[in-house]
Amino acid sequence: MTAAALSSPPAHWMRKDLLGIEDLSPEELECIFTTAEQFKATLGRTQKKVPSLRGRTIVNLFLEPSTRTRVAFEIAASRLSADVISITGNSSSLVKGETLRDTAQNIQALNADMLVIRHSAAGSAQYLGRIVKIPVINAGDGAHEHPTQALLDAFTLREKFGRDLRKLKVTILGDILFSRVARSNIWCLQKLGVEVTLAGPATLVPPLFTRFGVRVSHNLREALADADAVMLLRIQHERQTSSHFPSLGEYTSMFGLNRLRASWLKPGAIIMHPGPINRGVEIDSELADSSRSVILEQVTNGIAVRMAVLYLCASAGPKN
Amino acid sequence: MSDILVIQGGRIIDPASGRDETGDLFVADGKIVRTLSPVQRKGARIIDARGLVVAPGLVDIHVHLREPGQTHKETIESGSWAAAAGGVTSMVCMPNTSPPCDNAGTIQLINDVIARQSVVNVWPTGCLTINRDGEKLAPIGSLKRAGVVAITDDGDCVQNNEIMRRAVEYANMFGLVVMDHCQDEKLTEGAAMHEGEWSLRLGLRGWPSAAEDIIVARNVILSEHTGAHIHLQHISSAFSVDVIRRAKQRKARITAEATPHHLALTDADLRGYDTNFKMNPPLRAEADRQAIIEGLLDGTLDIISTDHAPHTDYEKDVEFDYAPFGIIGLETCLAVCLETLHHNGRCDLAFLLSRLTHKPAEILRLPKGTLAEGADADICIFDPDERWVPSAATLFSRSHNSPWLGKTLRGRVKRTLVSGHEVFDGEQIISPKEPGRAIRPAGASAAPAR
Repeated sequence: MTAAALSSPPAHWMRKDLLGIEDLSPEELECIFTTAEQFKATLGRTQKKVPSLRGRTIVNLFLEPSTRTRVAFEIAASRLSADVISITGNSSSLVKGETLRDTAQNIQALNADMLVIRHSAAGSAQYLGRIVKIPVINAGDGAHEHPTQALLDAFTLREKFGRDLRKLKVTILGDILFSRVARSNIWCLQKLGVEVTLAGPATLVPPLFTRFGVRVSHNLREALADADAVMLLRIQHERQTSSHFPSLGEYTSMFGLNRLRASWLKPGAIIMHPGPINRGVEIDSELADSSRSVILEQVTNGIAVRMAVLYLCASAGPKN
Repeated sequence: MSDILVIQGGRIIDPASGRDETGDLFVADGKIVRTLSPVQRKGARIIDARGLVVAPGLVDIHVHLREPGQTHKETIESGSWAAAAGGVTSMVCMPNTSPPCDNAGTIQLINDVIARQSVVNVWPTGCLTINRDGEKLAPIGSLKRAGVVAITDDGDCVQNNEIMRRAVEYANMFGLVVMDHCQDEKLTEGAAMHEGEWSLRLGLRGWPSAAEDIIVARNVILSEHTGAHIHLQHISSAFSVDVIRRAKQRKARITAEATPHHLALTDADLRGYDTNFKMNPPLRAEADRQAIIEGLLDGTLDIISTDHAPHTDYEKDVEFDYAPFGIIGLETCLAVCLETLHHNGRCDLAFLLSRLTHKPAEILRLPKGTLAEGADADICIFDPDERWVPSAATLFSRSHNSPWLGKTLRGRVKRTLVSGHEVFDGEQIISPKEPGRAIRPAGASAAPAR
């Protein structure tokens, strides 16, 4: 697939912003995956750049720590030939008391063409989407959504299990309550026909989640036994203000994925993790590096998926 | 020379005296009178109220006027304009000012401003504890002497049960009601909205109803233990309604209020992260909302109060987690209550008005809320059916943090009178203290509307 073939975006995509997965249709998801497949084919080349967003400026406004997501967005933007500028929490005027509205309006006034936002407050991406005219991409807002992570997870599952994910069973294990990755994956996977089980301690996986159509289990053996994939989540110390479980040690002993528990998985089942992983806490070190783990493939797929998202939203944005 | 007023041809509803008839209401020298002599009639001013409801001015015993200390949000003056425009002629303001009302001097300052600048009746309340810290009792006797009508740490809830017990015992000696904002702090640390399906969906920290229920139960227990009257502010949870209902069956000295927003809105309204739906206590689930309505209809919840809590646009225009709690309510209260309780047939006008007039006055023993003979002529004249849209062009409050901005409401105040003086004529505020000065909303265009 050549870059030229991508010059007109698929008819399905009409959004200037990607704020979350919850509102997307299965057709829109399909559109992102198809586009990402085309971009992924360009990743292995020596000349990795495509000219799709040449002349555009993308600003990454990362107000919460991030390595993977920020670098993946930066690489995705430069592969699309866009100019990319990253602003992090410590270097922004927000530490001088400027509001997010003013920061965003200034970035727009500086002629940025697109804004990628990572913020610790849920709803921040939607809030920015109402303020600025340029496309806004949500790179994680509090415990709300992290749409590109769910997209790259589903993209990875498609590579492993084929494009039709119906009847697939995925278990998400860990700190669900504070996880935006879990929420985006709950919406994304269910839209693709996947049966989702949430597992972990009751304080971090409240039964109320069943309202979203997923299964909730506190029995690890049962939750792992029929899963085709298990997605592990990190314990988010930074979001917890009170004790949701006794200690990390107890968490590991009750819910950490170790060799014994991995043996309960089906033979072809894969292990996923959005990162950053805490070796020896939610996952044994050797399992993270095992052949079942697709953790680094997920990271690579994050580039293709984010190229697709940047490309689609830029093409639907006001400048076109 | 006496000042005589005839309010002609309106539907006069005075729940306190059971009056509900179409006819004329007479006012002489600021008081309601039964009849006028032919001589008095001749010199009378006439207000045509045909097609309108003539009710006692509303009594709101839970408002935040932000003065002293936060006058960029509201002042006693601007808050009184908002009250007048909402048909509210008497209100009780909360003591979480800066400095807080934990000393007689601050109360004297507030009463002085009220006397000079307010166009409606305002009574202050005093803090329950010093600096609202929940640790040491405020000088409740001195506050009483300075003129407070109740004691409360509203906005914060005394967590220490021993302090609360002594506070209600001590205040009871002075005949002062303790009004409590029922919230367990540990259960609500960092919370931004009701804990439920919507908080899970939106990824916002949830605030369980249990945090309210526990303190409501605590207060019922302490009221029964001490015999003191405790008033429970802005009840939002179904379980709390049930606790109060049982307490009242045991004749506990408990009263409770509901706000228009908890009667009308739910946590699902937070879907767009609009900070004008962020308040404390939070909007709860539909089942809670229905229980609040039921509780109000069966008398478990005694009254409606607004918890008018102004915040500027720029304070609210931030990320949801960072926005302050609270919404304004004085100007939309009547319309929202009509919409939620009356237009849909859940209660008649007299019932609704009783919860907005004499019943709140009775809780704090304010001599207000009735059109009975001899009463102060504090009057709200409204059209229960006129539709209007709250906006910067219609609101008199200094802040516009309302969830009803841009929405069409049904029911509009046409005139408001305080002691027989017209302070709101349907379009502008007229201050009896500054004759000739007509006040319009700051957002209204220079040319008169229409």
